[in-house]
Amino acid sequence: MVASKETISAVEQTTSKYKYGFSTKLDVEKAPKGLNEDIIKFISSKKNEPNWLLEWRLNAYYQWLKMKEPSWAKVNYPKINFQDIHYYAAPKVKKKLNSLDEVDPELLKTYEKLGIPLNEQKMLSGVAVDAVFDSVSVATTFREKLAKEGVIFCPISEAVQSHPELVKKYLGSVVPVTDNYYSALNSAVFTDGSFVFIPKNVKCPMELSTYFRINEQNTGQFERTLIIVEDAGYVSYLEGCTAPQRDENQLHAAVVELVALEDASIKYSTVQNWYPGDENGKGGIYNFVTKRGKCLGDRSKISWTQVETGSSVTWKYPSCILMGDNSVGEFYSVAITNNFQQADTGTKMIHIGKGTKSTIISKGISAGKSQNTYRGQVQIQKTAKNSRNFTQCDSLLIGDNCSAHTIPYINQNISNAKVEHEATTSKISEEQLFYCKQRGLDDETATSLIVNGFCKEVMKELPMEFAVEAQKLIGISLEGSVG
Amino acid sequence: MSILNIKNIHLSIEDKSILKGVSLNVNPGEVHAIMGPNGSGKSTLSYILSGKEGYELSSGNIYFDNKDLLELSANERSNQGLFLAFQYPVELPGVSSMNFLREAVNVRRKFLGKKELNHLEFVKEARRLASSMFIKDEMLKRSVNVGFSGGEKKRFEILQMMLLEPKLAILDETDSGLDVDALKIVSNGVNNYKGKDNAVIVITHYQRLLDYIVPDYVHILADGVIKKSGGPELAKIIEKNGYAGIVDAA
Repeated sequence: MVASKETISAVEQTTSKYKYGFSTKLDVEKAPKGLNEDIIKFISSKKNEPNWLLEWRLNAYYQWLKMKEPSWAKVNYPKINFQDIHYYAAPKVKKKLNSLDEVDPELLKTYEKLGIPLNEQKMLSGVAVDAVFDSVSVATTFREKLAKEGVIFCPISEAVQSHPELVKKYLGSVVPVTDNYYSALNSAVFTDGSFVFIPKNVKCPMELSTYFRINEQNTGQFERTLIIVEDAGYVSYLEGCTAPQRDENQLHAAVVELVALEDASIKYSTVQNWYPGDENGKGGIYNFVTKRGKCLGDRSKISWTQVETGSSVTWKYPSCILMGDNSVGEFYSVAITNNFQQADTGTKMIHIGKGTKSTIISKGISAGKSQNTYRGQVQIQKTAKNSRNFTQCDSLLIGDNCSAHTIPYINQNISNAKVEHEATTSKISEEQLFYCKQRGLDDETATSLIVNGFCKEVMKELPMEFAVEAQKLIGISLEGSVG
Repeated sequence: MSILNIKNIHLSIEDKSILKGVSLNVNPGEVHAIMGPNGSGKSTLSYILSGKEGYELSSGNIYFDNKDLLELSANERSNQGLFLAFQYPVELPGVSSMNFLREAVNVRRKFLGKKELNHLEFVKEARRLASSMFIKDEMLKRSVNVGFSGGEKKRFEILQMMLLEPKLAILDETDSGLDVDALKIVSNGVNNYKGKDNAVIVITHYQRLLDYIVPDYVHILADGVIKKSGGPELAKIIEKNGYAGIVDAA
């Protein structure tokens, strides 16, 4: 039977909701499914790693075997079979790439389709990109220009070779191998990710950005990012992520570590748009990520901004350990869940140094039958005299079948510190929608406008180039949630 | 050819009969005033016309610009050129007034087949009209209706009307909460807008506004029907004697 016009357009509409749902056909080298010592040795030898790193991985693997999957988060998903995943997948390359011209044109096309041209002439001015495809980094732009300033921006697998002393010193120094189940797993099998080093007194002259793409089926993505900023340095870093639309769930378990020395400042922004699953909750990425920054030096600052719209299950708490005196931690978050998505996200602010300050602004938006939980911890240790925290958690509900939860943990061990927590829950009112519609806006434009207004405090923290994209993304994520 | 033709409409809300057969014809170039005591269904009429959910007719027809109005959704009615100045304008936290205006204007322009205005063109036009309504730039940077005074809200409604250039503007109690100066500004805005191709419906409780926006017709809505229609002099009689005489006489 020939599909009617209506059917075709209905299918088109459904699939166009997630416009990154295509996959790319490429020659791929994959490790066999499953996880054991041999696989880890295989990954390590593929990357030509020094022995200390192989030992480090194997140790992580042994630790992981002894650990249990965490179950405290407010999310439900079937048990993951860790032996049914490929831990390594890489587009086949014949030789080492010397320039972008040698990158497989299929890959370049894929990134162009995603709106990320890797051709330097075509790039947004002032943004350098590292593109990670499945398990490997395929291209890093603007490296020479950055090198002139002493900035290192390269795949972490390369940094292991070219700057082993830096990697050895800082890898696992913020997120210890045994921090949690997924960080241990990542430590054992991580395949690539970005490495950034900003030397003393250097303000990185452009935004750095990594673009993650899961392409292969039944493949987990385990990237590892390490950013080190020396005294009085500054960097703004952005990561984006997408995946094809597939019926089965895929696992993404990344670890990101940030280190800020004296007077250093790191701004880390995420626009997370992994495939969220379809409107019946089928498929989607499990996004189990550990992100943490250490403000080691006095007056250092780490700021996390995240716009989370994708993934079927999100488990993610970008955190700051405020060790240096007068150091500053910030967390700005927009988390949107629709259909059957589940998000349990928030932050931890650990105040250790004197006069440390942290700010948490979290905006959760739930639609459809989704669940959206903010989980945050503010810990003021005895040494953290005159510390301050301000937390604001706002939840917005769209429709009657979703839910929002706010779970703050506050541990204050001294009296001369100030911790403030504010929380609100509201619904998009019929009156607001009607007002917008009377001015000619359709349901979706109206909802997007109201939701973007609700998120404004967070959106203004995003780098300019990405704010517009993120705004559009909010609209797309909520399609079909009203009317 | 009329802009709006309301034919014998009935509406009940939760079994309570609110409108019991209202008819009204509005031609281009006309200003109609609808007056009536509190609770007579004046605002209900504005919600029916603008397509608010929960205000569906039990019987009757409405034609707007020769189209069946009841077939159109609220935003389509707006696109077609029906504008409602709200009695209680709604706050949109975080949505900048300038952006909101631009979104609305470009949707309307797109519908009319005109090209969308770029940011600079739009800001220039918005500022020009805003200054005629004594709205400062600073106010346009604030969130829609958030922290606006009563008068500011009403002036902002009229600014939206001017920018959207509707065929039919319905002003729902736009005079409530206005002092004399604001009343003059708002009325000036409406008087400058009205012309031979568009029409205005002024819903008001008091005659005061009609000193500034002079209607061609005055209708008294009470007990769910139009009890009496006449010229501007009818509003003066109400001013003097109140509604009691008219409502009782019927």
